[in-house]
Amino acid sequence: MERACLLASTVCFFFGFAYTMYALGARMLRPSRGSVFMMGAGFVLLTEFLHLRGRAVGRCPLTNLFEVLIFLSWALVLLYFVVGGTYRLSLLGAFTAPLAFLLLSVAQLLPSASAPVLSRPSAGFWPELHAALALVAYGAFALAAVAGVMYVVQEKLLKKHRLNSFFHILPPIAELSVALQRVMLAGFTLLTIALLAGLLAGSPAFYKATMLVSGFVWAPYGVLLWLRWKRPFSPRRFAWLAVGAFVLALSTLGALNFLHISR
Amino acid sequence: MEIVCLGLSHKTAPIEVREKFAIGDSHLGEISAVLARMAGLREAVIVSTCNRVEYYVAAEDGSEALRQVEAFAAERAQMPMGDSFFRLRGDSGIRHLFRVASGLDSMVIGETEILGQVKKAYLSAQTGGATSRCLNKMFQRAFNVAKEVRTQTGITRGAVSVGSVAVELAEKIFGKLEHCNVMILGAGETAEMTARSLQSRGAKAIFVSNRTYERAATLAETLGGKAIHFDEWDVEFGEIDILIGSTGAPHAVVPKAKLAPLMSRRTDRPLFCIDLAVPRDFEATVNDLDGVYLYDIDSLQGIAEEGIRVRQSELTRCEAMIERHVGEFAKWLVTPVPSRE
Repeated sequence: MERACLLASTVCFFFGFAYTMYALGARMLRPSRGSVFMMGAGFVLLTEFLHLRGRAVGRCPLTNLFEVLIFLSWALVLLYFVVGGTYRLSLLGAFTAPLAFLLLSVAQLLPSASAPVLSRPSAGFWPELHAALALVAYGAFALAAVAGVMYVVQEKLLKKHRLNSFFHILPPIAELSVALQRVMLAGFTLLTIALLAGLLAGSPAFYKATMLVSGFVWAPYGVLLWLRWKRPFSPRRFAWLAVGAFVLALSTLGALNFLHISR
Repeated sequence: MEIVCLGLSHKTAPIEVREKFAIGDSHLGEISAVLARMAGLREAVIVSTCNRVEYYVAAEDGSEALRQVEAFAAERAQMPMGDSFFRLRGDSGIRHLFRVASGLDSMVIGETEILGQVKKAYLSAQTGGATSRCLNKMFQRAFNVAKEVRTQTGITRGAVSVGSVAVELAEKIFGKLEHCNVMILGAGETAEMTARSLQSRGAKAIFVSNRTYERAATLAETLGGKAIHFDEWDVEFGEIDILIGSTGAPHAVVPKAKLAPLMSRRTDRPLFCIDLAVPRDFEATVNDLDGVYLYDIDSLQGIAEEGIRVRQSELTRCEAMIERHVGEFAKWLVTPVPSRE
């Protein structure tokens, strides 16, 4: 049942993306409806997977990189529904779906995906809060990167005078710029709270190491937001940096996995 | 029950004829009601816009209904019908309404204003008690068809004039234009029209700068803006979001070397440059600057032509959708009215 939910949810995200591409090709004005439906179905299935996995492991299902990537996809889609609705960024789903699909696919290819599910004692309230909040923050950073890609695409179309289907459906660059900044700020705030929760988790060496990794992500985003506030560079560069910073954040998940294994 | 449509439009009659038959909005309901009460006629809706005057009637006998409506319209306008009117019966009349509501019969294919006008005409007739089962159903269906056509095809997509292209591009850069300031360099007619288009979508302030200050002042007054001396336009540059060039200068008045330092002072604020002048007012390389989006007259006209081409290419799909709805409605129309007993 658990695996079926995961697989079905992966298929939903794939079709959500494929449907939007088809709608854009067919010049439909509202390609997001089918896409949003598939995203919703994928999200429900993913929630059910995490629920079942949480019951099986007896704690928040963040015990290996496989679960971490799935939790990250879940957080990304959750934030998409919150932010997409707020900013009416209808096409955000079209860009979020492939990223969620990619994360889920990679997760299922990992060795830890086929590892036996063992019940483990809870790490305690604060460590679990730290891990969960940090991953939701990563979800926000992922969404900021998605908005960044959308900004770069729309900006390029405007510069090159290519008014194709994407141009008509993509939101204005000014709105994307604001959304990107706010989502990134939300992610940064969540990560700050996650770090504070980590500080309250106690001082075993393992938590010190995970805190260091989180700090390694927190610092560049802090600098990025500060630079954005000071405005020394254009929104286009900021969009590119948002994408780059997320790639950096994603790479730290590998380090966290290494820490888990060595532990 | 049969549906008939008698009408004239920009395709069949010049404005001199259309204006004779036009009916003011405030009289539509009342005249529709008079028509519906005439012997042999059951229901009536009159659509009257600057481009068309159309009578939609439901009656038992279509030929008789057409004869009566013709006489009525000729008497009201106090002029003979002539060849300007088209007469449509049955499916042709239904199809015509669906095409009109969807913007396929409009001067600019795919324009959406007509749907509002048809809705208004229907509501007036309905309020006046001129509609019942048939026309209520037909007009409701027409509104659904129009919505379907608009959302499932690209018939409304893309701008089809220089002014509307400029507005569309500005909205894709800034979102809402309510906080945008516009500056016109020169005082050309196309620039004025473009500025008006931007103003109609909410552009906040208009600045006009021209070599002849008096001309700038006159245009600024017309647009409700502010005139600026030509050698001082860059003083106001910090506040400008959209810069329209339409001077008659033989060389570029906005070279990259001049714009680059001005842009470096506003890293976070994009600039939309619309070059309507020939020879061009902007150096083409200004488009390479971060945050600058330059469109010259050829680009804008090319986009408008592409918009027209896209809309025309969507016509077949729209017609197929309409045909399906015509078939369904015609089938419903011949279904016997269920008895209340």
